[in-house]
Amino acid sequence: MDINKDLIAASSTPIVLAILVEGDSYGYAILKRVREASAGWLDWTDGMLYPVLHRLERLGFVKARWEAAETGRKRKYYSITPQGRAQLAEERQQWLAVDATLRGIWESMRLPDGGGPLPQGA
Amino acid sequence: MATLDNAIPLEDQIDQWRSYLRRRQVIHPVDVAELEDHLREQIAQLSSAGLSNDEAFLVAVRRMGGLDQLSREFAREHSERLWKQLVASSVDVGQSRQAERKDAIVAICLATAAALAIKAPALFGLTLEGDTDFYARNLSLFVLPLLTGYFIWKRKAGGASVRWLAAAFVLAVLVANALPLTPGGATGDLRALHLPIALWLAVGVAYAGKRWNEAGGRMDFIRFSGELFIYYVLIGLGGGVLTAFMMMIFMTVGIDVDWIFVDWLLPCGAMGAVIVAAWLVEAKQSVIENMAPVLARLFTPLFAAVLVVFLGVMMWTGRGVDIQRDMLIAFDLLLVVVLGLLLYSVSARDPLAPPNAYDVLQLVLVVSALLADAVALWAIAARIGEFGVTPNRIAALGENLVLLVNLGGAALYSVRFLRAKGSFADVERWQTNYLPVYAAWAVIVVVIFPPAFGFA
Repeated sequence: MDINKDLIAASSTPIVLAILVEGDSYGYAILKRVREASAGWLDWTDGMLYPVLHRLERLGFVKARWEAAETGRKRKYYSITPQGRAQLAEERQQWLAVDATLRGIWESMRLPDGGGPLPQGA
Repeated sequence: MATLDNAIPLEDQIDQWRSYLRRRQVIHPVDVAELEDHLREQIAQLSSAGLSNDEAFLVAVRRMGGLDQLSREFAREHSERLWKQLVASSVDVGQSRQAERKDAIVAICLATAAALAIKAPALFGLTLEGDTDFYARNLSLFVLPLLTGYFIWKRKAGGASVRWLAAAFVLAVLVANALPLTPGGATGDLRALHLPIALWLAVGVAYAGKRWNEAGGRMDFIRFSGELFIYYVLIGLGGGVLTAFMMMIFMTVGIDVDWIFVDWLLPCGAMGAVIVAAWLVEAKQSVIENMAPVLARLFTPLFAAVLVVFLGVMMWTGRGVDIQRDMLIAFDLLLVVVLGLLLYSVSARDPLAPPNAYDVLQLVLVVSALLADAVALWAIAARIGEFGVTPNRIAALGENLVLLVNLGGAALYSVRFLRAKGSFADVERWQTNYLPVYAAWAVIVVVIFPPAFGFA
Protein backbone atom coordinates (compact mmCIF):
# COMPACT_ATOMS: atom_id res chain seq x y z
CA MET A 1 0.00 0.00 0.00
CA ASP A 2 1.31 3.44 -0.92
CA ILE A 3 0.41 6.24 1.42
CA ASN A 4 -0.74 9.38 -0.30
CA LYS A 5 2.00 12.02 -0.74
CA ASP A 6 -0.04 14.79 0.84
CA LEU A 7 -0.66 12.63 3.87
CA ILE A 8 3.04 11.88 4.20
CA ALA A 9 3.88 15.56 3.93
CA ALA A 10 1.23 16.54 6.49
CA SER A 11 2.26 13.88 8.99
CA SER A 12 6.00 14.41 8.68
CA THR A 13 6.11 17.35 11.11
CA PRO A 14 4.38 15.66 14.08
CA ILE A 15 6.22 12.39 13.46
CA VAL A 16 9.67 13.99 13.41
CA LEU A 17 8.88 16.22 16.39
CA ALA A 18 7.50 13.30 18.37
CA ILE A 19 10.63 11.26 17.70
CA LEU A 20 12.79 14.16 18.85
CA VAL A 21 10.81 14.35 22.10
CA GLU A 22 12.25 10.90 22.85
CA GLY A 23 15.72 12.45 22.67
CA ASP A 24 18.15 14.25 20.35
CA SER A 25 18.76 12.39 17.15
CA TYR A 26 20.16 12.60 13.62
CA GLY A 27 18.80 11.93 10.17
CA TYR A 28 19.55 8.26 9.76
CA ALA A 29 18.36 7.34 13.25
CA ILE A 30 15.15 9.37 12.84
CA LEU A 31 14.34 7.50 9.64
CA LYS A 32 15.03 4.17 11.28
CA ARG A 33 12.69 5.11 14.12
CA VAL A 34 9.97 6.12 11.62
CA ARG A 35 10.20 2.74 9.91
CA GLU A 36 10.06 0.93 13.24
CA ALA A 37 7.14 2.93 14.58
CA SER A 38 5.09 2.51 11.41
CA ALA A 39 6.10 -1.12 10.98
CA GLY A 40 7.38 -0.26 7.54
CA TRP A 41 4.20 1.38 6.26
CA LEU A 42 5.76 4.80 6.16
CA ASP A 43 8.68 4.39 3.78
CA TRP A 44 10.09 7.83 3.18
CA THR A 45 12.75 8.28 0.56
CA ASP A 46 15.81 8.93 2.70
CA GLY A 47 16.83 12.20 1.13
CA MET A 48 13.40 13.77 1.62
CA LEU A 49 13.78 13.81 5.38
CA TYR A 50 16.44 16.50 5.25
CA PRO A 51 14.44 19.29 3.64
CA VAL A 52 11.78 18.54 6.29
CA LEU A 53 14.35 18.84 9.09
CA HIS A 54 15.66 22.07 7.59
CA ARG A 55 12.15 23.48 7.42
CA LEU A 56 11.54 22.65 11.08
CA GLU A 57 14.88 24.28 11.91
CA ARG A 58 13.93 27.43 10.00
CA LEU A 59 10.58 27.57 11.82
CA GLY A 60 12.42 27.27 15.14
CA PHE A 61 10.85 23.92 16.12
CA VAL A 62 14.18 22.13 16.21
CA LYS A 63 17.78 23.18 16.74
CA ALA A 64 20.73 21.62 14.93
CA ARG A 65 24.32 21.21 16.00
CA TRP A 66 27.34 19.45 14.53
CA GLU A 67 29.02 16.92 16.76
CA ALA A 68 31.56 14.17 16.32
CA ALA A 69 29.78 10.83 16.13
CA GLU A 70 31.22 7.63 17.59
CA THR A 71 32.53 6.81 14.11
CA GLY A 72 34.66 9.96 14.21
CA ARG A 73 32.71 11.64 11.40
CA LYS A 74 30.92 14.89 12.03
CA ARG A 75 27.21 14.42 12.37
CA LYS A 76 24.34 16.87 12.52
CA TYR A 77 22.16 16.30 15.56
CA TYR A 78 18.71 17.76 15.99
CA SER A 79 16.93 18.57 19.24
CA ILE A 80 13.42 19.82 19.81
CA THR A 81 12.87 23.35 21.15
CA PRO A 82 10.11 24.53 23.53
CA GLN A 83 8.43 26.03 20.47
CA GLY A 84 8.62 22.63 18.81
CA ARG A 85 6.98 21.00 21.81
CA ALA A 86 4.15 23.53 21.70
CA GLN A 87 3.73 22.88 17.97
CA LEU A 88 3.68 19.14 18.56
CA ALA A 89 0.97 19.51 21.24
CA GLU A 90 -1.14 21.54 18.84
CA GLU A 91 -0.69 19.15 15.92
CA ARG A 92 -1.50 16.28 18.21
CA GLN A 93 -4.86 17.86 19.04
CA GLN A 94 -5.57 18.28 15.34
CA TRP A 95 -4.62 14.72 14.45
CA LEU A 96 -6.67 13.34 17.32
CA ALA A 97 -9.66 15.35 16.10
CA VAL A 98 -9.23 14.02 12.55
CA ASP A 99 -8.70 10.51 13.86
CA ALA A 100 -11.81 10.66 16.10
CA THR A 101 -13.92 11.97 13.24
CA LEU A 102 -12.77 9.23 10.88
CA ARG A 103 -13.31 6.52 13.52
CA GLY A 104 -16.83 7.72 14.12
CA ILE A 105 -17.63 7.63 10.41
CA TRP A 106 -15.94 4.23 9.81
CA GLU A 107 -18.01 2.89 12.67
CA SER A 108 -21.35 3.92 11.16
CA MET A 109 -20.28 2.75 7.67
CA ARG A 110 -19.41 -0.75 8.90
CA LEU A 111 -16.89 -1.37 6.16
CA PRO A 112 -17.09 -4.94 4.86
CA ASP A 113 -13.37 -5.64 5.26
CA GLY A 114 -13.39 -4.67 8.88
CA GLY A 115 -11.90 -1.20 8.97
CA GLY A 116 -9.11 -0.87 6.52
CA PRO A 117 -5.52 -1.91 6.28
CA LEU A 118 -4.11 -1.33 9.71
CA PRO A 119 -0.57 -2.61 10.12
CA GLN A 120 -1.05 -6.28 10.97
CA GLY A 121 2.34 -6.77 12.52
CA ALA A 122 1.93 -3.94 15.01
CA MET B 1 31.88 -8.29 3.92
CA ALA B 2 34.28 -5.48 3.29
CA THR B 3 37.67 -6.58 2.14
CA LEU B 4 40.67 -4.35 1.68
CA ASP B 5 40.40 -4.71 -2.10
CA ASN B 6 37.00 -3.20 -2.56
CA ALA B 7 37.30 -0.68 0.26
CA ILE B 8 39.02 1.77 -2.08
CA PRO B 9 36.47 1.68 -4.88
CA LEU B 10 33.76 2.37 -2.31
CA GLU B 11 35.47 5.62 -1.34
CA ASP B 12 35.74 6.47 -5.03
CA GLN B 13 32.06 5.77 -5.51
CA ILE B 14 31.16 7.99 -2.56
CA ASP B 15 33.45 10.70 -3.92
CA GLN B 16 31.68 10.55 -7.24
CA TRP B 17 28.26 10.63 -5.63
CA ARG B 18 29.35 13.62 -3.55
CA SER B 19 30.59 15.48 -6.61
CA TYR B 20 27.22 14.92 -8.33
CA LEU B 21 25.46 16.39 -5.31
CA ARG B 22 27.83 19.34 -5.17
CA ARG B 23 26.86 20.38 -8.65
CA ARG B 24 23.34 21.04 -7.44
CA GLN B 25 23.16 24.69 -6.60
CA VAL B 26 20.39 24.29 -4.02
CA ILE B 27 22.27 21.65 -2.03
CA HIS B 28 24.99 23.39 -0.09
CA PRO B 29 28.22 21.64 0.96
CA VAL B 30 27.05 21.39 4.56
CA ASP B 31 23.93 19.55 3.37
CA VAL B 32 26.09 17.31 1.25
CA ALA B 33 28.07 16.47 4.39
CA GLU B 34 24.85 15.64 6.23
CA LEU B 35 23.59 13.44 3.39
CA GLU B 36 26.97 11.76 3.11
CA ASP B 37 26.91 10.86 6.79
CA HIS B 38 23.50 9.30 6.18
CA LEU B 39 24.74 7.38 3.16
CA ARG B 40 27.76 6.02 5.02
CA GLU B 41 25.65 4.90 7.95
CA GLN B 42 23.22 3.19 5.58
CA ILE B 43 26.09 1.44 3.77
CA ALA B 44 27.58 0.30 7.07
CA GLN B 45 24.22 -1.13 8.17
CA LEU B 46 23.67 -2.91 4.88
CA SER B 47 27.16 -4.39 4.75
CA SER B 48 26.87 -5.66 8.31
CA ALA B 49 23.66 -7.34 7.14
CA GLY B 50 25.76 -9.23 4.60
CA LEU B 51 25.71 -7.11 1.45
CA SER B 52 28.92 -6.46 -0.45
CA ASN B 53 30.20 -2.89 -0.57
CA ASP B 54 29.01 -2.45 -4.14
CA GLU B 55 25.54 -3.71 -3.39
CA ALA B 56 25.32 -1.70 -0.18
CA PHE B 57 26.34 1.45 -2.03
CA LEU B 58 23.77 0.93 -4.77
CA VAL B 59 20.94 0.25 -2.33
CA ALA B 60 21.90 3.20 -0.13
CA VAL B 61 22.01 5.59 -3.09
CA ARG B 62 18.71 4.29 -4.34
CA ARG B 63 17.09 4.82 -0.95
CA MET B 64 18.44 8.35 -0.87
CA GLY B 65 16.21 9.18 -3.83
CA GLY B 66 16.82 10.60 -7.29
CA LEU B 67 19.06 13.65 -7.56
CA ASP B 68 16.47 15.67 -9.44
CA GLN B 69 13.75 14.89 -6.95
CA LEU B 70 16.11 15.61 -4.08
CA SER B 71 17.19 18.97 -5.39
CA ARG B 72 13.56 19.82 -6.11
CA GLU B 73 12.73 19.14 -2.47
CA PHE B 74 15.70 21.19 -1.32
CA ALA B 75 14.71 24.00 -3.68
CA ARG B 76 11.23 24.06 -2.19
CA GLU B 77 12.66 24.51 1.28
CA HIS B 78 15.61 26.74 0.32
CA SER B 79 14.19 28.81 -2.53
CA GLU B 80 16.62 31.62 -1.74
CA ARG B 81 19.42 29.38 -2.94
CA LEU B 82 18.13 29.59 -6.49
CA TRP B 83 19.33 33.19 -6.38
CA LYS B 84 23.05 33.06 -6.31
CA GLN B 85 24.23 35.26 -3.51
CA LEU B 86 27.58 36.89 -3.69
CA VAL B 87 27.81 38.74 -0.43
CA ALA B 88 26.52 35.88 1.69
CA SER B 89 28.49 33.20 -0.09
CA SER B 90 29.00 30.91 2.86
CA VAL B 91 29.31 28.16 0.30
CA ASP B 92 32.87 27.16 0.86
CA VAL B 93 34.37 26.24 4.12
CA GLY B 94 37.95 26.10 5.31
CA GLN B 95 40.89 27.22 3.26
CA SER B 96 39.17 28.83 0.31
CA ARG B 97 37.13 30.89 2.76
CA GLN B 98 40.32 32.23 4.23
CA ALA B 99 41.75 33.01 0.80
CA GLU B 100 38.53 34.85 0.00
CA ARG B 101 38.85 37.00 3.07
CA LYS B 102 42.49 37.77 2.35
CA ASP B 103 41.53 38.78 -1.17
CA ALA B 104 38.85 41.09 0.17
CA ILE B 105 41.24 42.72 2.63
CA VAL B 106 43.87 43.33 -0.06
CA ALA B 107 41.24 44.74 -2.43
CA ILE B 108 39.83 47.09 0.19
CA CYS B 109 43.33 48.28 1.16
CA LEU B 110 44.16 48.98 -2.48
CA ALA B 111 40.84 50.76 -2.99
CA THR B 112 41.61 52.95 0.01
CA ALA B 113 45.08 53.61 -1.38
CA ALA B 114 43.55 54.68 -4.70
CA ALA B 115 41.10 56.94 -2.90
CA LEU B 116 43.94 58.55 -0.97
CA ALA B 117 46.20 58.78 -4.04
CA ILE B 118 43.80 61.07 -5.85
CA LYS B 119 43.88 63.40 -2.83
CA ALA B 120 47.68 63.32 -2.47
CA PRO B 121 48.38 66.11 -5.00
CA ALA B 122 46.14 68.35 -2.90
CA LEU B 123 48.92 68.31 -0.28
CA PHE B 124 51.06 70.16 -2.84
CA GLY B 125 48.37 72.71 -3.51
CA LEU B 126 46.95 71.19 -6.68
CA THR B 127 43.16 71.50 -6.48
CA LEU B 128 40.59 69.70 -8.58
CA GLU B 129 39.06 72.98 -9.74
CA GLY B 130 42.26 74.90 -10.36
CA ASP B 131 44.41 72.20 -11.96
CA THR B 132 41.90 70.24 -14.00
CA ASP B 133 44.50 69.62 -16.72
CA PHE B 134 46.88 67.97 -14.29
CA TYR B 135 44.17 65.66 -12.93
CA ALA B 136 42.85 64.85 -16.40
CA ARG B 137 46.31 63.84 -17.62
CA ASN B 138 47.06 61.70 -14.59
CA LEU B 139 43.63 60.30 -13.80
CA SER B 140 44.40 56.74 -14.85
CA LEU B 141 47.77 56.87 -13.07
CA PHE B 142 46.13 57.19 -9.68
CA VAL B 143 44.31 53.89 -9.93
CA LEU B 144 45.58 51.66 -12.75
CA PRO B 145 49.00 50.96 -11.17
CA LEU B 146 47.17 49.79 -8.03
CA LEU B 147 44.78 47.67 -10.09
CA THR B 148 47.76 46.16 -11.91
CA GLY B 149 49.41 45.56 -8.55
CA TYR B 150 46.30 43.73 -7.37
CA PHE B 151 46.49 41.32 -10.29
CA ILE B 152 50.25 40.90 -9.96
CA TRP B 153 49.62 39.90 -6.34
CA LYS B 154 46.69 37.65 -7.26
CA ARG B 155 48.44 35.88 -10.13
CA LYS B 156 51.78 35.78 -8.27
CA ALA B 157 53.46 37.19 -11.37
CA GLY B 158 57.21 36.68 -11.77
CA GLY B 159 59.96 39.29 -11.68
CA ALA B 160 60.35 39.96 -15.40
CA SER B 161 56.74 40.83 -16.09
CA VAL B 162 56.57 42.98 -12.95
CA ARG B 163 59.60 44.94 -14.15
CA TRP B 164 58.07 45.45 -17.59
CA LEU B 165 54.77 46.64 -16.14
CA ALA B 166 56.55 48.97 -13.71
CA ALA B 167 58.58 50.38 -16.60
CA ALA B 168 55.38 50.96 -18.59
CA PHE B 169 53.84 52.95 -15.75
CA VAL B 170 56.99 54.98 -15.10
CA LEU B 171 57.07 55.81 -18.82
CA ALA B 172 53.40 56.77 -18.67
CA VAL B 173 54.05 59.14 -15.77
CA LEU B 174 56.89 60.77 -17.73
CA VAL B 175 54.85 61.08 -20.92
CA ALA B 176 51.90 62.51 -19.04
CA ASN B 177 53.87 65.11 -17.16
CA ALA B 178 57.24 65.76 -18.81
CA LEU B 179 56.17 66.45 -22.40
CA PRO B 180 55.43 70.13 -22.90
CA LEU B 181 51.89 71.14 -23.79
CA THR B 182 49.74 74.19 -24.34
CA PRO B 183 47.08 74.59 -21.65
CA GLY B 184 43.73 73.61 -23.11
CA GLY B 185 45.46 72.43 -26.31
CA ALA B 186 44.12 69.60 -28.43
CA THR B 187 47.09 67.26 -28.12
CA GLY B 188 46.98 67.59 -24.35
CA ASP B 189 43.32 66.55 -24.27
CA LEU B 190 43.98 63.69 -26.68
CA ARG B 191 46.82 62.53 -24.47
CA ALA B 192 44.57 62.53 -21.40
CA LEU B 193 41.94 60.58 -23.34
CA HIS B 194 44.25 57.96 -24.83
CA LEU B 195 46.61 57.27 -21.96
CA PRO B 196 44.03 55.14 -20.07
CA ILE B 197 43.39 53.09 -23.23
CA ALA B 198 47.10 52.35 -23.60
CA LEU B 199 47.47 51.55 -19.90
CA TRP B 200 44.44 49.28 -19.93
CA LEU B 201 46.59 46.89 -21.95
CA ALA B 202 49.08 46.83 -19.07
CA VAL B 203 46.20 45.92 -16.74
CA GLY B 204 45.29 43.16 -19.21
CA VAL B 205 48.83 41.78 -19.21
CA ALA B 206 48.73 41.66 -15.42
CA TYR B 207 45.19 40.23 -15.41
CA ALA B 208 45.92 37.41 -17.83
CA GLY B 209 49.35 36.74 -16.33
CA LYS B 210 50.97 33.79 -18.01
CA ARG B 211 47.93 33.34 -20.24
CA TRP B 212 48.34 36.66 -22.03
CA ASN B 213 49.66 34.91 -25.13
CA GLU B 214 46.70 32.55 -25.28
CA ALA B 215 43.42 33.50 -26.91
CA GLY B 216 41.66 32.19 -23.78
CA GLY B 217 43.57 34.48 -21.43
CA ARG B 218 42.83 37.54 -23.52
CA MET B 219 39.20 36.59 -23.92
CA ASP B 220 38.96 36.38 -20.13
CA PHE B 221 40.35 39.87 -19.97
CA ILE B 222 37.69 41.08 -22.43
CA ARG B 223 34.99 39.47 -20.27
CA PHE B 224 36.54 41.00 -17.18
CA SER B 225 36.56 44.46 -18.78
CA GLY B 226 32.88 44.26 -19.69
CA GLU B 227 31.80 43.09 -16.26
CA LEU B 228 34.02 45.68 -14.61
CA PHE B 229 32.34 48.41 -16.64
CA ILE B 230 28.87 47.22 -15.65
CA TYR B 231 29.80 46.95 -11.99
CA TYR B 232 31.41 50.36 -12.09
CA VAL B 233 28.27 51.92 -13.53
CA LEU B 234 26.12 50.20 -10.89
CA ILE B 235 28.40 51.34 -8.07
CA GLY B 236 28.27 54.83 -9.55
CA LEU B 237 24.47 54.78 -9.52
CA GLY B 238 24.50 53.64 -5.90
CA GLY B 239 26.94 56.43 -5.06
CA GLY B 240 24.61 58.92 -6.73
CA VAL B 241 21.68 57.80 -4.60
CA LEU B 242 23.82 57.94 -1.46
CA THR B 243 24.93 61.48 -2.31
CA ALA B 244 21.41 62.65 -3.04
CA PHE B 245 20.23 61.35 0.34
CA MET B 246 23.19 62.82 2.14
CA MET B 247 22.59 66.26 0.68
CA MET B 248 18.87 66.07 1.31
CA ILE B 249 19.04 65.12 4.97
CA PHE B 250 21.82 67.59 5.78
CA MET B 251 19.88 70.30 3.98
CA THR B 252 17.07 69.82 6.50
CA VAL B 253 19.38 70.88 9.32
CA GLY B 254 20.73 73.76 7.29
CA ILE B 255 24.19 72.37 6.56
CA ASP B 256 25.58 72.45 3.05
CA VAL B 257 27.60 69.30 2.32
CA ASP B 258 28.29 70.05 -1.33
CA TRP B 259 32.02 70.31 -0.70
CA ILE B 260 32.16 66.81 0.78
CA PHE B 261 30.72 65.45 -2.42
CA VAL B 262 32.87 67.50 -4.80
CA ASP B 263 36.15 67.27 -2.91
CA TRP B 264 35.98 63.83 -1.37
CA LEU B 265 33.12 61.52 -2.24
CA LEU B 266 33.28 61.93 -6.01
CA PRO B 267 37.06 61.72 -6.63
CA CYS B 268 37.81 59.16 -3.91
CA GLY B 269 34.75 57.08 -4.77
CA ALA B 270 35.50 57.14 -8.48
CA MET B 271 39.02 55.82 -7.87
CA GLY B 272 38.25 53.31 -5.14
CA ALA B 273 35.27 51.94 -7.04
CA VAL B 274 37.55 50.74 -9.87
CA ILE B 275 39.38 48.40 -7.48
CA VAL B 276 36.22 47.37 -5.66
CA ALA B 277 34.49 46.61 -8.96
CA ALA B 278 37.50 44.58 -10.13
CA TRP B 279 37.48 42.62 -6.90
CA LEU B 280 33.74 41.94 -7.18
CA VAL B 281 34.10 40.76 -10.77
CA GLU B 282 36.88 38.41 -9.70
CA ALA B 283 34.99 37.12 -6.70
CA LYS B 284 31.73 36.54 -8.49
CA GLN B 285 32.85 35.38 -11.91
CA SER B 286 31.85 31.82 -11.27
CA VAL B 287 28.94 32.66 -8.99
CA ILE B 288 26.79 34.96 -11.07
CA GLU B 289 26.08 34.92 -14.75
CA ASN B 290 27.98 37.52 -16.75
CA MET B 291 25.86 40.54 -17.56
CA ALA B 292 27.68 41.96 -20.59
CA PRO B 293 26.77 39.06 -22.92
CA VAL B 294 23.15 39.25 -21.81
CA LEU B 295 23.00 42.94 -22.69
CA ALA B 296 24.81 42.27 -25.96
CA ARG B 297 22.28 39.63 -26.90
CA LEU B 298 19.42 41.93 -26.00
CA PHE B 299 20.67 44.87 -28.02
CA THR B 300 22.24 43.22 -31.04
CA PRO B 301 18.89 42.79 -32.86
CA LEU B 302 17.82 46.32 -31.93
CA PHE B 303 21.00 47.97 -33.15
CA ALA B 304 20.96 45.84 -36.29
CA ALA B 305 17.38 46.93 -37.00
CA VAL B 306 18.20 50.62 -36.50
CA LEU B 307 21.23 50.43 -38.80
CA VAL B 308 19.44 48.51 -41.53
CA VAL B 309 16.55 50.99 -41.47
CA PHE B 310 19.04 53.86 -41.53
CA LEU B 311 20.80 52.46 -44.61
CA GLY B 312 17.46 51.77 -46.25
CA VAL B 313 16.23 55.30 -45.68
CA MET B 314 19.48 56.71 -46.97
CA MET B 315 19.23 54.73 -50.18
CA TRP B 316 15.53 55.34 -50.62
CA THR B 317 15.69 59.11 -50.20
CA GLY B 318 19.09 59.46 -51.85
CA ARG B 319 20.19 61.82 -49.11
CA GLY B 320 23.92 62.16 -48.57
CA VAL B 321 25.29 62.32 -45.05
CA ASP B 322 25.19 65.86 -43.76
CA ILE B 323 28.84 66.54 -43.07
CA GLN B 324 29.38 68.02 -39.67
CA ARG B 325 32.64 68.58 -37.94
CA ASP B 326 32.07 66.05 -35.14
CA MET B 327 30.44 63.50 -37.38
CA LEU B 328 33.52 61.28 -37.36
CA ILE B 329 33.33 61.02 -33.59
CA ALA B 330 29.68 59.97 -33.83
CA PHE B 331 30.57 57.19 -36.25
CA ASP B 332 33.55 56.18 -34.10
CA LEU B 333 31.18 55.75 -31.19
CA LEU B 334 28.80 53.74 -33.36
CA LEU B 335 31.62 51.40 -34.30
CA VAL B 336 32.71 51.10 -30.67
CA VAL B 337 29.17 50.10 -29.69
CA VAL B 338 28.92 47.58 -32.52
CA LEU B 339 32.33 46.20 -31.60
CA GLY B 340 31.23 45.89 -27.98
CA LEU B 341 28.08 44.01 -28.97
CA LEU B 342 30.16 41.73 -31.15
CA LEU B 343 32.89 41.14 -28.57
CA TYR B 344 30.53 40.23 -25.77
CA SER B 345 28.44 37.99 -27.96
CA VAL B 346 31.63 36.24 -29.05
CA SER B 347 32.86 36.00 -25.45
CA ALA B 348 29.80 34.05 -24.33
CA ARG B 349 29.34 31.79 -27.31
CA ASP B 350 30.04 28.10 -27.17
CA PRO B 351 32.84 27.78 -29.74
CA LEU B 352 31.72 24.30 -30.75
CA ALA B 353 28.06 25.10 -31.43
CA PRO B 354 27.10 25.18 -35.13
CA PRO B 355 26.17 28.53 -36.76
CA ASN B 356 22.70 29.75 -35.91
CA ALA B 357 20.33 32.61 -36.72
CA TYR B 358 21.93 34.84 -34.12
CA ASP B 359 25.30 34.58 -35.88
CA VAL B 360 23.64 35.74 -39.08
CA LEU B 361 22.01 38.63 -37.25
CA GLN B 362 25.37 39.61 -35.86
CA LEU B 363 26.88 39.60 -39.32
CA VAL B 364 24.03 41.83 -40.51
CA LEU B 365 24.82 44.21 -37.66
CA VAL B 366 28.54 44.36 -38.47
CA VAL B 367 28.06 44.70 -42.24
CA SER B 368 25.45 47.44 -41.89
CA ALA B 369 27.70 49.32 -39.46
CA LEU B 370 30.58 49.00 -41.92
CA LEU B 371 28.42 50.31 -44.77
CA ALA B 372 27.20 53.27 -42.73
CA ASP B 373 30.75 54.05 -41.72
CA ALA B 374 32.02 53.72 -45.28
CA VAL B 375 29.45 56.25 -46.47
CA ALA B 376 30.54 58.65 -43.75
CA LEU B 377 34.24 58.16 -44.47
CA TRP B 378 33.66 58.72 -48.17
CA ALA B 379 31.92 62.00 -47.44
CA ILE B 380 34.68 63.10 -45.10
CA ALA B 381 37.54 62.12 -47.37
CA ALA B 382 36.05 64.30 -50.06
CA ARG B 383 36.08 67.32 -47.82
CA ILE B 384 38.97 66.73 -45.44
CA GLY B 385 40.93 69.50 -47.16
CA GLU B 386 38.11 71.93 -46.60
CA PHE B 387 38.01 71.26 -42.86
CA GLY B 388 41.76 71.28 -42.44
CA VAL B 389 43.95 68.79 -40.64
CA THR B 390 43.76 69.00 -36.86
CA PRO B 391 45.01 66.57 -34.21
CA ASN B 392 41.43 65.80 -33.19
CA ARG B 393 40.38 64.97 -36.71
CA ILE B 394 43.42 62.78 -37.39
CA ALA B 395 42.89 60.95 -34.10
CA ALA B 396 39.23 60.37 -34.91
CA LEU B 397 40.12 59.20 -38.41
CA GLY B 398 42.76 56.84 -37.07
CA GLU B 399 40.32 55.37 -34.57
CA ASN B 400 37.80 54.92 -37.31
CA LEU B 401 40.32 52.99 -39.40
CA VAL B 402 41.37 50.82 -36.46
CA LEU B 403 37.75 49.89 -35.78
CA LEU B 404 36.95 49.51 -39.47
CA VAL B 405 39.76 47.02 -39.99
CA ASN B 406 38.64 45.08 -36.91
CA LEU B 407 35.00 44.87 -37.97
CA GLY B 408 36.00 44.09 -41.55
CA GLY B 409 38.12 41.20 -40.33
CA ALA B 410 35.36 40.08 -37.99
CA ALA B 411 32.86 40.09 -40.86
CA LEU B 412 35.24 38.09 -43.03
CA TYR B 413 35.81 35.42 -40.40
CA SER B 414 32.09 35.31 -39.60
CA VAL B 415 31.25 34.64 -43.24
CA ARG B 416 33.83 31.88 -43.36
CA PHE B 417 32.38 30.41 -40.18
CA LEU B 418 28.79 30.65 -41.44
CA ARG B 419 29.78 28.94 -44.67
CA ALA B 420 31.49 26.23 -42.63
CA LYS B 421 34.88 27.09 -44.07
CA GLY B 422 36.37 28.18 -40.78
CA SER B 423 35.86 27.55 -37.10
CA PHE B 424 34.48 29.89 -34.50
CA ALA B 425 37.89 29.84 -32.83
CA ASP B 426 39.16 31.93 -35.78
CA VAL B 427 36.53 34.59 -35.06
CA GLU B 428 37.61 34.59 -31.44
CA ARG B 429 41.32 34.64 -32.19
CA TRP B 430 40.92 37.59 -34.56
CA GLN B 431 39.46 39.63 -31.70
CA THR B 432 41.98 38.55 -29.09
CA ASN B 433 44.93 39.12 -31.43
CA TYR B 434 43.62 42.58 -32.21
CA LEU B 435 43.75 43.83 -28.61
CA PRO B 436 47.31 45.25 -28.81
CA VAL B 437 46.33 47.27 -31.90
CA TYR B 438 44.04 49.55 -29.85
CA ALA B 439 46.80 50.11 -27.34
CA ALA B 440 49.34 50.72 -30.11
CA TRP B 441 47.15 53.39 -31.67
CA ALA B 442 46.59 54.96 -28.24
CA VAL B 443 50.36 55.03 -27.67
CA ILE B 444 50.82 56.74 -31.05
CA VAL B 445 48.31 59.41 -30.09
CA VAL B 446 49.90 59.88 -26.67
CA VAL B 447 53.56 59.88 -27.72
CA ILE B 448 53.75 60.89 -31.41
CA PHE B 449 50.92 63.39 -31.71
CA PRO B 450 52.22 66.10 -29.35
CA PRO B 451 55.58 66.58 -31.10
CA ALA B 452 54.01 66.01 -34.55
CA PHE B 453 51.59 68.87 -34.01
CA GLY B 454 54.06 71.13 -32.21
CA PHE B 455 52.51 70.46 -28.78
CA ALA B 456 49.49 72.49 -29.83
